Amino acid sequence: MKTNLKQKLLNKTALTMSGIALLYLVLCLMVYSGMASRQLLLVILPISCHIVLAVSLNLVVGFLGELSLGHAGFMSVGLFTGCLVSIATVDVLPMAVRIPLSMIIGGVAAAAVGLVVGLPALRLKGDYLAIVTLGCGEIIKNVINNLHIKKGPLAGVLDGALGLNTKTIYSNIKQLLPFLIVLVLLVVWVVLNIQKSRHGRAIMAIRDNRIAAEATGINVTYYKLMVFILAAFFAGMAGVLYGHGFSIIKSAEFGYNFSIELLIIVVFGGMGKVHGSVIAAILLYTLPEIVLREFSDYRMLAYSIVLIVIMLLSENRRFKEWKDSVSLKKLFKKMFKSKTAVAVTETDAKEGGADES
Amino acid sequence: MITLIQALLNGLSLGSIYALIALGYTMVYGIAKMLNFAHGDVIMVGAYAVITSVVQAKMPGVLGVVVSIAICALLGVTIEFLAYRPLRKAASLTVLITAIGVSYLLQNVAQLIYGTEQKAFPELFDSIPTLTLGEVSIEGSLLLTLGLTAVIMAALTLFINYTRVGKAMRAVSEDKEAAELMGISVNRTITVTFAIGSVLAAVASVFYGASYTYIRPTTGAMPGIKAFTAAVFGGIGSIPGAMLGGILLGVIEQMSKTYISTKWSDAIVFGVLVLVLVIKPTGLLGKKISEKV
Repeated sequence: MKTNLKQKLLNKTALTMSGIALLYLVLCLMVYSGMASRQLLLVILPISCHIVLAVSLNLVVGFLGELSLGHAGFMSVGLFTGCLVSIATVDVLPMAVRIPLSMIIGGVAAAAVGLVVGLPALRLKGDYLAIVTLGCGEIIKNVINNLHIKKGPLAGVLDGALGLNTKTIYSNIKQLLPFLIVLVLLVVWVVLNIQKSRHGRAIMAIRDNRIAAEATGINVTYYKLMVFILAAFFAGMAGVLYGHGFSIIKSAEFGYNFSIELLIIVVFGGMGKVHGSVIAAILLYTLPEIVLREFSDYRMLAYSIVLIVIMLLSENRRFKEWKDSVSLKKLFKKMFKSKTAVAVTETDAKEGGADES
Repeated sequence: MITLIQALLNGLSLGSIYALIALGYTMVYGIAKMLNFAHGDVIMVGAYAVITSVVQAKMPGVLGVVVSIAICALLGVTIEFLAYRPLRKAASLTVLITAIGVSYLLQNVAQLIYGTEQKAFPELFDSIPTLTLGEVSIEGSLLLTLGLTAVIMAALTLFINYTRVGKAMRAVSEDKEAAELMGISVNRTITVTFAIGSVLAAVASVFYGASYTYIRPTTGAMPGIKAFTAAVFGGIGSIPGAMLGGILLGVIEQMSKTYISTKWSDAIVFGVLVLVLVIKPTGLLGKKISEKV
């Protein structure tokens, strides 16, 4: 039984990882052979960043069970710090060194802010924590919005509400794609492995019952801070890459609306479901941009209605019954009933990915 | 000294608007245990209702306000019935996302009807004379905002404490099941709560429109977030807390705008909030929740 369970988990991780790798392989082929349309080239960077942000937010919301409405703030701390480092070293370092270096520095800066936000979070619960993270996100936005660099070699690069001028480090998607692939795979791999590890079980135990977790000797403070810092670190790294893909970046973009957008992705994909966050990030980004484009003026209206209807359906008993009756999972199980247990777990795991798509 | 008094009065007026909106948040939270993110957008709808009835349909100002109040109350009740009632037993995040969806919906419908550019809010309070005390001059609309808010708050407090419906509301917020066993209709009580909250939002929208003069589809977002902050600041679920939180937030915002910088006011407001919550984790007047093991 123990090996069976292990196999199942291994398969799920391997499947998610290989699914993402395959997706990016196809993207690489399309991008580097010149087959990709202009529109596709434009969405690769934001979608990849949304994947990283959603998966890292899922660590806080899905695994730790704390509502965070300030994830965009961490991203912008990383973005502005990392991009400034990148701009400062643009003539000195080759791109292959400069971008990873600025990503790490941006990530560390975001993680430091994550620690500062995470400390009061230890005292707060539920909606009070949500409002504090929201407040911190707004403070970060407001502070960056008032920063000016007036002297030194970087004079004029950052000018308050006018934003950060990233023209000198602008890189097109062909240059950024390798870094994006590494980042997405790294984040997904780390989060999936945390989930399976001793740390992940401790974090989920805190989510399910903090007092019981504490009583069994889990260091709640340590794990809460660890989750906040790690999530902020990944968000910051995604931010740095995001900043490289545009020629001007304004902090006003990363307010609570952006954080809420990320939260919607996490809830849609399923709390604590890594592959769910990946799929939801792709779907929810493309839905208003591509699928609903035909509605033109009614695009966001249609999006909001879809949002409400899906949430209502997810709680509707009759819809749940109908969904279960047409579930592919059961169909597969019936078909493979005679086969060995391993085959069933394999289809199970495959199905887990296919169901949400 | 004069600047101080002027800033204090403006802060009180802004704070009254926040308090009126925060009351809607806090009452709904206390009774339905949900964060109604769409509440801010009800203000926007209320302001547009005044514009349509006064500017386009040429109604007198008072009637326009009444129409706006009626529309908001109806809107609040409808939203509750269609979007939130089916989710009564759902996870709180599901309800939160639905509320965000409703907020997007209201903004986009308003955008389709009125367009993205801002619309001027009619000058309703021009006929009220400006009061001059020595060197301090107080605008009529400011005076009306302060006076009416005080009256509304007093009335609401009496309503909650002494009427049957008010008692039912307190009972539901304390224990839904027990209230139901006592013969209180939980659904009806929640409907009444949404109606009251939306009426307060409509009143706030009139004051907001009068002091900011321009309305656009996203107008509701910022006062909504600030009022939500005020509700948490005062201790969410607590009615006196929402009043206190709203007024304090307004005064702090106005003071930092006057004495420090307009650009930094948001950071200061949220900074104070974070500080207060770190020192007092359940807000200023929030009850301390003891955990059962």
